[in-house]
Amino acid sequence: MQYDMMKVAIIDESPARASIIEDGLAGLDEPEIHVLTKRHGLLAQIEAIAPDIVLMDLGNPSRDVLEEYFAVSRALARPIAMFVDESDDEAIAEAINAGVSAYVVDGLSKNRIRPLLDLAVKRFNAFARLENDLKEVKGKLAERETTDRAKRILMDSKNLTEPEAYGELRRKAMSSNKRVAEIAEAVVTAFEMMGD
Amino acid sequence: MATQNLTIGFLPLVDACLPILAQEHGFSEEEGLSLSFMKDVSWATVLDRLLYGHTDAAHMLAPLAIATTLGLGRPAQPMAAPFVLGLNGNAVTLSKPLAQRVAMPGDLPDPAQLGAALKKAATKARSDGSRLRFGVVHRYSSHNYKLRYWLASCGIRPDEDVEIVTVAPPFVADALENGEIDGACVGEPWNSVCVERDVGVIVLATAQIWRRGVEKVLAVREPVLDRKREQFEMLIRAMRKAGAHFVDPANIGQNSDILSAPQYLDADANLVKRAISDRLVLANGAPPVHFPDFMFQHSEAANFPWVSQAAWLYSQMVRWNHLEYDAQDASRASAVFRPGVYRSATKSTGDDLPAANSKVEGSVSQLTQVGAHQGSITLSENIFFDHRTFDPEYIEDYLAALS
Repeated sequence: MQYDMMKVAIIDESPARASIIEDGLAGLDEPEIHVLTKRHGLLAQIEAIAPDIVLMDLGNPSRDVLEEYFAVSRALARPIAMFVDESDDEAIAEAINAGVSAYVVDGLSKNRIRPLLDLAVKRFNAFARLENDLKEVKGKLAERETTDRAKRILMDSKNLTEPEAYGELRRKAMSSNKRVAEIAEAVVTAFEMMGD
Repeated sequence: MATQNLTIGFLPLVDACLPILAQEHGFSEEEGLSLSFMKDVSWATVLDRLLYGHTDAAHMLAPLAIATTLGLGRPAQPMAAPFVLGLNGNAVTLSKPLAQRVAMPGDLPDPAQLGAALKKAATKARSDGSRLRFGVVHRYSSHNYKLRYWLASCGIRPDEDVEIVTVAPPFVADALENGEIDGACVGEPWNSVCVERDVGVIVLATAQIWRRGVEKVLAVREPVLDRKREQFEMLIRAMRKAGAHFVDPANIGQNSDILSAPQYLDADANLVKRAISDRLVLANGAPPVHFPDFMFQHSEAANFPWVSQAAWLYSQMVRWNHLEYDAQDASRASAVFRPGVYRSATKSTGDDLPAANSKVEGSVSQLTQVGAHQGSITLSENIFFDHRTFDPEYIEDYLAALS
């Protein structure tokens, strides 16, 4: 019953991550969730919502502003680390490692905080993995583009066919113990420096 | 000797310069040390990373290291500051309309005169049913305490006559532009960014409030300092060498370029250069004004962690009701500054080393020779603008006299 009353504010300037976290918490006995993605007017919104728990990413630029606000309006939240005993310190460390910072109101019981925090950590980690995957895909795309450019440079300057150009890149990569993409990048860089 | 590594957290501000330059110019390598850096955008994050071991040390607001030791805002954890990263280097920037009313844009006025004019503006705002609002970078910052010191000395009560709020440095220009604040006390290059965007006018350097006011420190968790004492002594020596390089006018251009790089300040090198060369452009389009020692990173043993500096900061925390005076807290706060570590790191280098660990702050009003480990060091003027002095042995008397 009490869980229905719990208000959670998720502050994240990345709407994508905020919604992933919100999604994760939705499975949890339905606390009332508020997602705040804009820096402007943040304190007024927090004041209006009066959340029991504030979850935000560790690197959020508004943290100092919020902590000042919490320190002044004493009734409101404190860093979650203020409430844990040693047995839970590890959980906080895990949260910090995952990039989560949490603030909770004084008096909120530990067994209500913990599942929320654990879920938030899981969701943050999942988002970080997604981001990494995306970065990898983007990196691969960029590498392919560079390799194509290097091939064209070799084809034009040495009068090679495309397979021959690729063969050159691969041979050089093998003999210098590097990846084809690295050799391709060197070719493109050298070409850019020589050109014009 | 195997190279050892230390990771250092920082905020993109000019006064993060010494560890960065120690690494970039190879001074740390000479000591057998390599440094990695972790950049963040809020002090809360820099602090959390330090407390949870993501970093070994951090570029940190001196009062925040003291607050953390005393358990304000975080569970108490003993912090140590064996090295002061610099003195001053911050400024007060006002919105253009307010600057027009209280100052001569383009000039650094006398702090007391400026304060008197500001007092009128604050009174006028109150009679119109509002209050002038100032931004500082953090609740526990020297920016906050120096701004409050100046306002209070000019008869402006910081918590009644005006309002002081926290604004992160990168957002000060935005906040001035859209009228969220009327002024701010912030480090460089963020004042210069306001001037460049023509949304604010620099009217006061914090060096005008306290000529030799303590600013950032290298903060370390006490157990980490104990465990890695040797590496930290290497770091201290490397940063002293970086300081000598930093203050040499011949290196200003090169150091501005290094610090402005994307992985460090990610800033306009021309703006960074203004702070480093003590030549700030105070109002958009105005010629630069040379204000010597706007930043003070090296000479006169500037990096020596005088325990009296920590004690002054503690006195200001009490003064503005961030905590209640307690003799034990006072000594814990003072003990955050670790002159002993600085001494043992530099004793065999022939570097300037004061003989004492504490001094009466604000008492030097002309060139003065003070005792040193060997010979003497000449300290130049270190006064507060209102000529008060602070004796760390009598914090309560000092506070009583202020109230």
